[in-house]
Amino acid sequence: MECSFGITGKDYVLIAADTSAGRSIVRMKSDENKIKTLGPHLAMAYGGEPGDTNNFAEYIERNLRLYHIRNHFPLLPPSASAWIRRTLAESIRSRKPYAVNLLLGGYDTTTDLPHLYWIDYLGTKAIVPYAAHGMGVYVSLSTMDKWWYEGMDKREGIEVLKKCVDEVEKRLTVALKFNCILIDKNGIHKIDLSEQDPIAKVEASPEETAVEAPNPPIEVGA
Amino acid sequence: MELNGGSVVAMIGKDCVAIASDLRLGNQSVGVASNFEKVFPVNDKLYYGIPGLASDVYTLREHLRFRVNMYRMKEEREITPKTFTHLVSSTLYEKRFGPFFVEPVVAGIPSPTPLDPHPRPFISTMDTIGCITTPKDFAVAGTAADKLYGVAEGLWEPDLEPEDLFETISQTLLNAVDRDALSGWGVVVHLITADKVVTRTLRARMD
Repeated sequence: MECSFGITGKDYVLIAADTSAGRSIVRMKSDENKIKTLGPHLAMAYGGEPGDTNNFAEYIERNLRLYHIRNHFPLLPPSASAWIRRTLAESIRSRKPYAVNLLLGGYDTTTDLPHLYWIDYLGTKAIVPYAAHGMGVYVSLSTMDKWWYEGMDKREGIEVLKKCVDEVEKRLTVALKFNCILIDKNGIHKIDLSEQDPIAKVEASPEETAVEAPNPPIEVGA
Repeated sequence: MELNGGSVVAMIGKDCVAIASDLRLGNQSVGVASNFEKVFPVNDKLYYGIPGLASDVYTLREHLRFRVNMYRMKEEREITPKTFTHLVSSTLYEKRFGPFFVEPVVAGIPSPTPLDPHPRPFISTMDTIGCITTPKDFAVAGTAADKLYGVAEGLWEPDLEPEDLFETISQTLLNAVDRDALSGWGVVVHLITADKVVTRTLRARMD
């Protein structure tokens, strides 16, 4: 019973993932973070076979970090999506494939455009304005179809995301908590969906809500 | 094939060819994206469509782009539709015992050469392991292939002018995908003539 969402807006991407970990009907952990930041403006929500998920996410994270170190510039979202897709496509025809599905979200600082990619364990990649993985697909895609529209501002995006979370609460038998992040031109921010207006906090103190990037800038030749 | 869905059709006209695909990408019965094109250009007179497993659509497309670029650099000329068909075919047969789950369709107009000053428009199609068929009328592939055969058989006629061919291929695909749950969600048509390619995105049923 896993569930993750992604929504793009005018100048941002929202990614949310549930926080439960367990097997079949038993929940063993309710504060598992299934969103990984991959760069200053790139993050992904991942799910699938436990074990494969963390292993694959770390592999992706460290390789993108290596690219950043070598080139002094992070891999942009479209290129990162192509590389991740290929890694999964090669994996699916190997002896031991990774069973990992992910939503990759990023903000392209060169074109000022938000990007969202729906990628599954087969290496299928869809470039989408909004997407979901896991059980949430069956209840939240129709919610997004109804409420999402082109060029939403941040508060409107949060509203749509909250509607999706409410729908999951209403229609799925398990109760899920959600982790949420927002990626915009300033970087990645934590979003607390239980607050009345989570965007106010981001606007008031961007530093406080910032998610620590795994790729801190490196001083070259200093 | 039945995992992601999708269909492609190509038709021959009088000194023109057309190739069209739907835009759906699904995960079984769940629609994921309505912007997934399955037809790609090789050059300005040659296009190909690959319906099937979306992962292999991407992989094969990237691989073919590489091999066509290598051909272009080594030969210093553009690849012909016939040669490209054999390139795709051998690429597929390389994976004979673990195939790409795709059924490619190629459509193009060869450039005139001293040996063949008036080349005829060309279409071809393959199965998953690269067995080639070169029809004189139309080629279909994908989850709506059976429906496409029926509609195309009824609508296609020889020597259609470009605009008539466009109407024929559009109506064929539009009506065939409406009877297929795994195809649809938009249609894109490429009309190839000797001097230009016209690409049109059609309004379709979005259910």
